[in-house]
Amino acid sequence: MQLNWLPLREDWDSLLRSVKELPIAEAAPVLRELAGSRMDFAQMGKLDRVLVRLAAGSAGGAIPGLERVRLAILGSATISHLPPGIRVAGLRRGLQIEVYEAPYGMYWQELMDAGSGLHEFRPEVMLLALDARHVAGAEGSSVASALELMRACWRQARTAFSCQVLQQTVMPVFPDLMGDNEQRLEQSPAAIVAGINERLRPESEPEGVDLLALDRFSAAEGLDFWYQPDIWHRSKHEVHPRATSVYGDHVARLIAAGRGRSAKCLVLDLDNTLWGGVIGDDGLEGIVLGQGNGTGEAFVDFQRYALGLSERGVILAVCSKNDEKNALEPFEKHPEMVLKRSHISCFVANWTDKAANLRQIAKTLNIGLDALVFADDNPVERALVRRELPMVGVPEMPEDPAGYGPTIAAAGYFEGLKITEEDRARSRLYQANAEREMLKESVTDMGSYLESLRMTMTAQPFDSVGLTRVTQLINKTNQFNLTTQRYTEAEVAALMRNPKAITLQVRLVDRFGDNGIIAILIARAAGAEAEIETWLMSCRVLGRNVEEACLNVLVERCVAQGVHRLMGVYRPTEKNGMVREMYRNLGFEAAGEEEVGETRWMLDLDGYVPRPVAMQVEVVREATV
Amino acid sequence: MQQDEIYARLTKVLRDVFDDDTLVATPELTANDVKEWDSVNHITLVVAIEEEFGIKFKTAELEKMKNVGHMVEQIEKKTAA
Repeated sequence: MQLNWLPLREDWDSLLRSVKELPIAEAAPVLRELAGSRMDFAQMGKLDRVLVRLAAGSAGGAIPGLERVRLAILGSATISHLPPGIRVAGLRRGLQIEVYEAPYGMYWQELMDAGSGLHEFRPEVMLLALDARHVAGAEGSSVASALELMRACWRQARTAFSCQVLQQTVMPVFPDLMGDNEQRLEQSPAAIVAGINERLRPESEPEGVDLLALDRFSAAEGLDFWYQPDIWHRSKHEVHPRATSVYGDHVARLIAAGRGRSAKCLVLDLDNTLWGGVIGDDGLEGIVLGQGNGTGEAFVDFQRYALGLSERGVILAVCSKNDEKNALEPFEKHPEMVLKRSHISCFVANWTDKAANLRQIAKTLNIGLDALVFADDNPVERALVRRELPMVGVPEMPEDPAGYGPTIAAAGYFEGLKITEEDRARSRLYQANAEREMLKESVTDMGSYLESLRMTMTAQPFDSVGLTRVTQLINKTNQFNLTTQRYTEAEVAALMRNPKAITLQVRLVDRFGDNGIIAILIARAAGAEAEIETWLMSCRVLGRNVEEACLNVLVERCVAQGVHRLMGVYRPTEKNGMVREMYRNLGFEAAGEEEVGETRWMLDLDGYVPRPVAMQVEVVREATV
Repeated sequence: MQQDEIYARLTKVLRDVFDDDTLVATPELTANDVKEWDSVNHITLVVAIEEEFGIKFKTAELEKMKNVGHMVEQIEKKTAA
């Protein structure tokens, strides 16, 4: 019933036992694999205990290879059973979530008292988990007063911690007093819960609060699984202990999404995944797809789901064992195909093994392997990919294609928090990128290739229009990122008002289309010196002199502020090795190295000669809003 | 279900929930004998037993249970039904 998209492992228990003997660096990846397999409620508890013990026994409490996040849970009833599911789900996504539980029912005191444990903990994410009776079950409860209370908590959290705020929607636990038209009875607790949940949707939006839609996912899975009144009466557990693994997974996916860790690309197999049958054997007329047949309609429905994902910015790719000509035929000729060749940003059909092909797809699209989700009906292929590429998301697909879309949705790989115009356009962008790659292969001279792209770069200070996209890019760029410093939207907005901050959002247009904002620079001036605090770039525009062009603009802005020396710093992470030498390559001089591999760089701006670039550069000096 | 089998499966549940491979379900065992067996873990244990045997306890039944022996009697009754 729960976490059905995770594969079963026969050796789960023995593998967990073996971890206890291993040194931490070897134990961590095994634990992550265990977290990525299906487990029951007792196994989840065991895995969590090993995880917590491992962290407690390591230097500084850190587990290698995981990103640490501090999460505070504030509740009005029992919440002590929630952390294990959250920690294990975090591990599943490469996060080490450290959980602070506010004392029973003390959410308001903890928020308001600057000397509380919560304030000492300094959460990076706060989850407000108020139970239904607390907000809707008391004498005088109303939708308006519940919203007022929540809003006060959000604002206090924002002011005190500038953290991501997650608001749990209210579980519909109350039996009806009226019936199907419950809403007609204003004082009905069930109606108040429904009213709160309805109002939370629009009202959380301007506050920048993300919802944990407990009302929706508990309904989808059946409220009986999530809530049992007898357990509530006994011990004030509103979320049933057996549902905590799913609850934890939802919390972890919101945290992961907030940190740019959601998957970006759905890679689809073809035969028996997008249509029934084998195109190479059954031919165009023989495959099962479309009207007049339940199975055929299920495949169409799955294609529609994939198209929906694509339209909101998820990239689609194909990885199939087929002759390319056969694989393309349905896309070109079958009248019932919902997906067209133009929706697929990278199309790989050959007889090479799928792990190698997935590597190729990630490389062509310039995204990490951990940004891929691979959907294949064949358990052998799935097992191979899991073994060779454990970082790729590989859901267990149900036997009936009618369950494909719901399974991928339930797994939450593509959890999204914000919609920007560019999300919608991104799919088309990656597609154009793949075409650019092909053009590169046909033009041998790099200079003439860049000229042929007819690029125009626009650099301007941060403004409120670009704020969402700038924040999103800052928090999800891992590879081309010199310092990997993350900022909340509020912190980015504060930079816009700071006269000492030099900010640049950089857009690139070329003959294939608008790439949108592709680079961000933040420098802080202090007297004659400025330090580059953030420099990041989308890998889509690598190798096109954008770095050089950005530096030219930054230097110009610095000089205008009376700066003579520009300092840069490179802070190594697991993913940003590609920019280790960037400052050197741009003519900076080495200016020191720290123990942890951090390097410092200096550029003298007196007599700086702008570097040659193969594009038009437009500089906007004032923020437009 | 035979009592022997219930005790054996209960032993496994107790070990999983309390993370102690030395625990053995015996008729006289009570919460006082197991260090980790507090009120929070009690809920976990009850849910784990319900999942293991595919049964559901009533609140009144749980309130009357004094030791593992009573619990096994209840499980026996419920799994026989």
